[in-house]
Amino acid sequence: MSKDIRIKKGLNIKLIGEAEKTTSKAALSNVYAINLQDFHGITPKMLVKPGAEVKAGEPLFYNKNMEDMLFVSPVSGELIEVVRGARRKILSLKILADKSQESIEHPVISLGNASAEEIKTLLLKSGCWPFVKQRPYDVIANPQQTPKAIFISAYVTSPLSADLNYSLRGKDKEIQAALTALSKLTPGKVHVSIAKSGESFFSGMDGIEKHSVSGPHPAGLVGTQINKIDPINKGEVVWTLAPHDLVIIGELLLTGKFNAERVIALVGSSVKAPKYYTTKIGAEVATFLYASGVNSENFRVINGDVLTGVKTKPEGHLGYYNNTVTAIPEGDDYELFGWNKPVFDKISSTRSLTFSWLQPQKKYDLNTNTNGEHRNFVLTGFYEEVFPMDIYPLQLLKACMIKDIDEMEQLGLYEVAPEDFSLTEFICVSKQPHQQIIREGLDLLYKEIG
Amino acid sequence: MSLKNNLHKLKEKYKGKKMAPAFNALHTFLYSPNETTHSGSHIRAVDDLKRTMNTVIMALVPVLFFGIFNAGYQHYAAVDAANGVIREASLFGNFITWENFIMGAWTVLPLVIISYGVGLAVEFIFAVIKGHEVEEGYLVTGMLVPLIVPIDTPLWMLAVAVVFGVVIGKEVFGGTGMNILNPALTIRAFLFFAYPTWMSGDKVWVHQAVERAGGPDAISGETVLGFLAQGKGAEISYSVSDMFFGFIPGSVGETSTLLILLGGLFLIFSKIASWRIMVSAVAGSLIMGIMFNATVAAGWITETSSFYGLMSFEYWKHLIVGGLAFGIVYMATDPVTGSQTNRGKWIYGFFIGFISVLIRVFNPAYPEGVFLAILLMNVFAPTIDHYVVKGNINRRLKRAKNATVLPTDSEGKAKELKAETI
Repeated sequence: MSKDIRIKKGLNIKLIGEAEKTTSKAALSNVYAINLQDFHGITPKMLVKPGAEVKAGEPLFYNKNMEDMLFVSPVSGELIEVVRGARRKILSLKILADKSQESIEHPVISLGNASAEEIKTLLLKSGCWPFVKQRPYDVIANPQQTPKAIFISAYVTSPLSADLNYSLRGKDKEIQAALTALSKLTPGKVHVSIAKSGESFFSGMDGIEKHSVSGPHPAGLVGTQINKIDPINKGEVVWTLAPHDLVIIGELLLTGKFNAERVIALVGSSVKAPKYYTTKIGAEVATFLYASGVNSENFRVINGDVLTGVKTKPEGHLGYYNNTVTAIPEGDDYELFGWNKPVFDKISSTRSLTFSWLQPQKKYDLNTNTNGEHRNFVLTGFYEEVFPMDIYPLQLLKACMIKDIDEMEQLGLYEVAPEDFSLTEFICVSKQPHQQIIREGLDLLYKEIG
Repeated sequence: MSLKNNLHKLKEKYKGKKMAPAFNALHTFLYSPNETTHSGSHIRAVDDLKRTMNTVIMALVPVLFFGIFNAGYQHYAAVDAANGVIREASLFGNFITWENFIMGAWTVLPLVIISYGVGLAVEFIFAVIKGHEVEEGYLVTGMLVPLIVPIDTPLWMLAVAVVFGVVIGKEVFGGTGMNILNPALTIRAFLFFAYPTWMSGDKVWVHQAVERAGGPDAISGETVLGFLAQGKGAEISYSVSDMFFGFIPGSVGETSTLLILLGGLFLIFSKIASWRIMVSAVAGSLIMGIMFNATVAAGWITETSSFYGLMSFEYWKHLIVGGLAFGIVYMATDPVTGSQTNRGKWIYGFFIGFISVLIRVFNPAYPEGVFLAILLMNVFAPTIDHYVVKGNINRRLKRAKNATVLPTDSEGKAKELKAETI
């Protein structure tokens, strides 16, 4: 049965550089890297030493606080470097890929008869568990807990993101297998949100609760959907997964192999020919970025979308969770009287000599300039216009800033992830780092209450 | 080498030094900064605090210009009246004239210059001492101050009040965004309590009325509210259109309800000021006015009462005389000191309108209540927000109690929800 969710509050950010619907195979990367910052809150314990040969799907390290949780290599090759930062913190692992790839094989389980424990054990052992995230705290799910429901958003509203109907094409079997397996891990439902208009890749899937969603961004964020479908209360846990990660989980369940291959969208106004590429987790961005060409030297590469992604470099590597890589111009230049002249080429949530409201369908070429300096919170009532949850965003941010744990709990911090504040951060007149404030608040709450 | 490069070099040279904030303020006034995002949203909307403040200033400029002309007009009208010539205001006949403009500019611009000069000096000094950037809040405050004081306010008095208002009203709380009371109104309140003879009465609203008082060429400058408060309502010679268009004595910027209305519509359209506060404040003042009118109609107040003049004043006329409209549009909507939740804004605005008219009627010595009402509600705004947010918290608590699917422990058993601990 399909249920309708209509989101009214929000803002669609239309940018230049959408990916054309053609897919190329990205050049093979020599070196693949696992960036440890992708796994927030994990303390890694290495299982292999530099110089060791590993196969695709072979564990590289585990979570010190939960030894069952393994993290595996996306390719077979030699672990050539463990990059460390301050206090010997591991930042990333680099693997020099072999010419011919070999994978670890896990026994294939019968999905119809498999128990929740069996599925969980397989996902943990195979390195697929990190794809399962949990709320509260927006971290990798704790396998010892049972979620009240699992949420997957197949309605994408973030700017320039990959079109799932295109990028997941031909992966029906894998996704159905993953959904069937996941439905055993919760006594509740597996909620999948699809776009209300048009066909969705997930329309024909079984064993899930489908929700038709419409409305502007952040309607596509899983946090928004959880809030509207079945909000998280204190003491409850829900799990979330990204649709493109279901493909890897599904393939593991069907074949017993961890296949890190993924169709990604290379987008952004700095890319000459934005389109889709088939590549692998951890591949060098340069292997597909320069194949599409870049418009100038001064651009920023982002692992993910422009609102929630992580800054990287052309010589950086595709993130563990990303199916989009964005390149937009750096905005490190001054603008004469930029603060008071009429503006036609940037997006605004107000109408103070800004005219984006006149052309809501126009696509913009935004750069990374902050368009102003960091200030205390001054304007009020703004965030509420783009924040559809039943939460007071400004009050929650302030509670996080003053580290008032009671207030943070009471105002709904359990329900949110940093990405839910990406749009309020985008429109913030005071240029406050909302996502960072929420992340620090979540970390504090996890540490104190966990 | 271009100005942009020179400024950039200077910025780098002074980075981390004491004078950097002062220098950066001038730099960012000319050029929007070259700062880029680092994490979180990599792109940002175009609005910043400077643009926001600039929009409010744009909404104030017509009122300022009208105030300049009106200052001249009221002076010459009063002089004519002293000589027995009664003028009838005409916008292009005797209002928009060079004579009025020059007289008005001569009296109003010094107020603007002192307000900005002294206020920004204090801001710069604090920014340098405390090592933070010069914030934009004073851009609007500096414009508001000359608009809410009587025309002949001595400049030294204004300077002292501005220093007091910026330091005690804002900087001690941590600067723009952290203050509890509206800084412009703090300045106004300081003037009102420290120098009351210059802030009320019948001689401060028209240029030179104080100087000439008692002399053979004495001129009068009573406001509409002044007449009403003294029970001399019958002597009011101003028509309703005079009051609406603003051809009446009063503080520099408060007289033209038309331009204030247009300014308010511009602020609502540009989304900078809260329409909720404006609408509810208007509603609050009308309801209070209706209640007073009804009291008079019921015969509970007789003409002998000192409250009769203002109580019997038609309820809707409160909006076109005195500073009520100006206060509602430009002062009550201050986002920092007002209520911050949308529901709270309705309550906050309503009480501002309601209490403004209440103070007007019951404070005949000084028949203007809007600034006291706003300051009072500034103090109550956090309490209003507290209860509004509490409602949201209670809703969440109730939801937790009614949760149908309970979380389970590691053995799959459903755990009791400890909702009471929320």
